[in-house]
Amino acid sequence: MPDEGLMEACQMSTKPRIVITGLGLTAPNGNSLAEFRANLLAGKARIAVIDVRHMGRHPAGVCDFDATKWQKRKEIRNGTRVGSISIYCSREALGDSGLDWDKVDKSRVGVYLGITEHGNVETENEIHNISQFGNDTKYWTHHHNPRTVANNPAGEVTMNMGITGPHYTIGAACAAGNAGLIQAAQMLQLGEVDIAFAGGVSESIHTFGIFAGFKNQGALGAHEDPTKASRPFDKNRNGIVISEGGAIYVLERLDDALARGARIIAEIAGWCINSDATDAVLPNPERQTECVRMALKRAGMKPQDIQIVSTHATATALGDIQECTALRAVFTDCPETKINNTKSFIGHCMGAAGALELAGNLPSFEDGWVHPTINIDELDPECALPGLVINQPVKVERVNAILNNSFGMLGINSALIVKKYGVA
Amino acid sequence: MGLPDRHWAFETSPDNMTKEDIKQVVLDIIADIAPDEDLTTVKAEVRLRDQLSLDSMDFLDIVMELRKKHGIEVPEADYVQLASLDSCANYLLPKFQAKSGK
Repeated sequence: MPDEGLMEACQMSTKPRIVITGLGLTAPNGNSLAEFRANLLAGKARIAVIDVRHMGRHPAGVCDFDATKWQKRKEIRNGTRVGSISIYCSREALGDSGLDWDKVDKSRVGVYLGITEHGNVETENEIHNISQFGNDTKYWTHHHNPRTVANNPAGEVTMNMGITGPHYTIGAACAAGNAGLIQAAQMLQLGEVDIAFAGGVSESIHTFGIFAGFKNQGALGAHEDPTKASRPFDKNRNGIVISEGGAIYVLERLDDALARGARIIAEIAGWCINSDATDAVLPNPERQTECVRMALKRAGMKPQDIQIVSTHATATALGDIQECTALRAVFTDCPETKINNTKSFIGHCMGAAGALELAGNLPSFEDGWVHPTINIDELDPECALPGLVINQPVKVERVNAILNNSFGMLGINSALIVKKYGVA
Repeated sequence: MGLPDRHWAFETSPDNMTKEDIKQVVLDIIADIAPDEDLTTVKAEVRLRDQLSLDSMDFLDIVMELRKKHGIEVPEADYVQLASLDSCANYLLPKFQAKSGK
């Protein structure tokens, strides 16, 4: 029998190589990669306290990007919050990519955005709206359906940017950020498109249902200091801080990027998406382990080749331990592998989480710094992974490869590996 | 930054509404639903669509706002009456008067 890992690596190597050539983001603590990265290295969390309909005040990650930078006010009014996030991130990514947009064949551009959920915000708003009118549905807005169709955020991007290639969203719970990037890489390899705008987005802080669902599940984070409410791996963690945000990348085939002289930020090296098939909410570390190992095989890498593991950990009591169990199984004898977490700064950006968490680590390829996971006052012994970067950034000799974990409900696991371009 | 405010208060229409008042009511609604438009040069006798960037969804917004803010119903067969500010005023005046008991 041929070696399975070798076969996976060979299959990957026969397909076109995919690179990242642009990035736009909005996070609760930054509206550009530079601002986001600076806050991650400085240990600056930014979590607000907001009024949640029917539920009172709760910590949440709120983005403050200027939507009018790229949208007319009418577009903002008629569209959705996540549509605005998607347009902002896509436009910023385009600017970062250096593409000459006027000369790009828009029919060869695709938009692939990961989402955890969509439509809850608008549906809740309209239920509230008609409740002010005796629940008479003649007051229900005619904008409801275009706002709530599942392709909404990606579709709003195409309308704003004149993109006529394919667009859709990838519903993948909280693994969606990785799933959007993986989908785009696959479509580029298939030759379906030449340029892809891909990543993840979320408007989840505007739906009380997400808050209520987590609260009644015993998984909604709280702390008197909102910036400390999200504390993965801390012994006293008490749940998720819900956030909004987005990170959208420009992906291209390597040959195309080189031909136009693009700045290559990183190369997509390997990935895996699999399913627990066990429980709707409790992650399965065995499947997570398999997911990470398969991504490594497809990248042609060993665990020792990974310098940064960006964890998914959301600060739930059991979820963090499950991921640590999976990582412990894979990253044995990996003294160079550092492990961090971004949700401790910005909460859980849901569909945007994976894409944002990868983004914040990408500058490590150049500067060699690894941002920490913060808010650890007392490390949970069950989360005491070797290599966990706690509260302070660390400088390392080199960063050539990053593993980005994103897991979600219904047992969806994703592992995405990106590597520094030009490194074998 | 939150969502655009989409929660409407039901407004009481004043008595003795004139056609000019009604044109202003319609302009105020358009200012809300098409906030990028310059409404200072709108000609009352010219079709709104010919001088502003308004689509069918926007006209449905005008119908919805009349319903929510003023309790005025515009049946689908009468949408054509909303073509210009003048036609709006002519069509809506009796409805506002009926509503205020005049």
